Amino acid sequence: MTDPNTDPNKGTRAEGRTATGHLDRRVAVKTLLDMQGDVLIVAGLAGAKGDVVAAVGDDPRVFGFGGAMGAAASMGLGLALAQPNKRVIVVTGDGELLMNVGTLATIAVANPSNLGIICVDNEHYGETGFQRSHTGLGTDLAVMAQGGGIGAVRTVRETAELEDAGEMLRNSNGAAFVLLKVAVNEPPKMRTVWDASWHKNRFREALLGHP
Amino acid sequence: MSTEWPEEIYGLLREGGVDQFAYVPDAGHDHLIKRSIADPEVHSIALTTEEEGVGMLAGAHLGGGRGVLLMQSSGVGNCINLLSLTRAGRFPFLTLVSMRGDFGEGNPWQIPMGQSTQPVLEACDVTCLRIDSPSEVGSTISAALTMAFQNEMPIAVLLGQRLLGAKKF
Repeated sequence: MTDPNTDPNKGTRAEGRTATGHLDRRVAVKTLLDMQGDVLIVAGLAGAKGDVVAAVGDDPRVFGFGGAMGAAASMGLGLALAQPNKRVIVVTGDGELLMNVGTLATIAVANPSNLGIICVDNEHYGETGFQRSHTGLGTDLAVMAQGGGIGAVRTVRETAELEDAGEMLRNSNGAAFVLLKVAVNEPPKMRTVWDASWHKNRFREALLGHP
Repeated sequence: MSTEWPEEIYGLLREGGVDQFAYVPDAGHDHLIKRSIADPEVHSIALTTEEEGVGMLAGAHLGGGRGVLLMQSSGVGNCINLLSLTRAGRFPFLTLVSMRGDFGEGNPWQIPMGQSTQPVLEACDVTCLRIDSPSEVGSTISAALTMAFQNEMPIAVLLGQRLLGAKKF
């Protein structure tokens, strides 16, 4: 139980929530993405998209979700296969990944050398009612990634472990997966355009030179 | 089952620039699945559930590729929420659906999803084109390719059990 007097989330929707991780999600995601250089990013809905926009800005080479929960990883796979000379990073959350955890097996079997997944695991469904997710109750998504057959897997709990994980994401010759165990909180919303068609066209314009 | 019209479909898809084949195991798509696995020019991706194909095809388009999702009518139900990505993003989407619960079906478990496949797809803004005879294959697949990739429309081609033959029980 959190002490209501010292709860850092006091007054936010995350008030009273605790997680086993303590990394700052915004800092951890930015640290990893800053190490990747010129990449294409698929940002899963809600918190993950906020982390990406906070890290890299409103960049045309980010496709962010506003719904269709569960599709970020499979979209990253299609993009990675279509762009074998670019590195593709999917940033998603524990709740979204749990919805389609089989995609980890699909990605492992396809094993594109240019696809990395960052799962920001705050052990809660922050977009809805901050209910606890399975990952705070014993489910380990890194083990599931490994069990799915992904060869390059890291769990990051400490800031000092970020560099090794970032290197792995950048240099892995097969699909890579990083589980970030982050603190539960409610960072400020990052406003972006809601129109997915606009984002798609802007992304393609930047990548391919035409919408 | 004939391999002639499936081979025609494969040739048309390849001519149409399709280079990502997302599939779930299926008897009706057996020839297309085998051909895509054997073709070094394409990515043939086995899915654990059909909805992964919806995300994958959108990702392919984002990167300048073209994909097709091969599934059975029962898998259509698994795609519904993710089709909001297709519609919200106005992504091209092409799926070939091998029908069950259709003409001459002998397994009552297949009837509910088979009978609701087309209405469900249409409710999700997916235009359905149906093939019931080998003679309709060429024109329908060509039409589907044009509509999906030129108009950036979601298109489902339903391969009926008159074409596929009903599974015997």
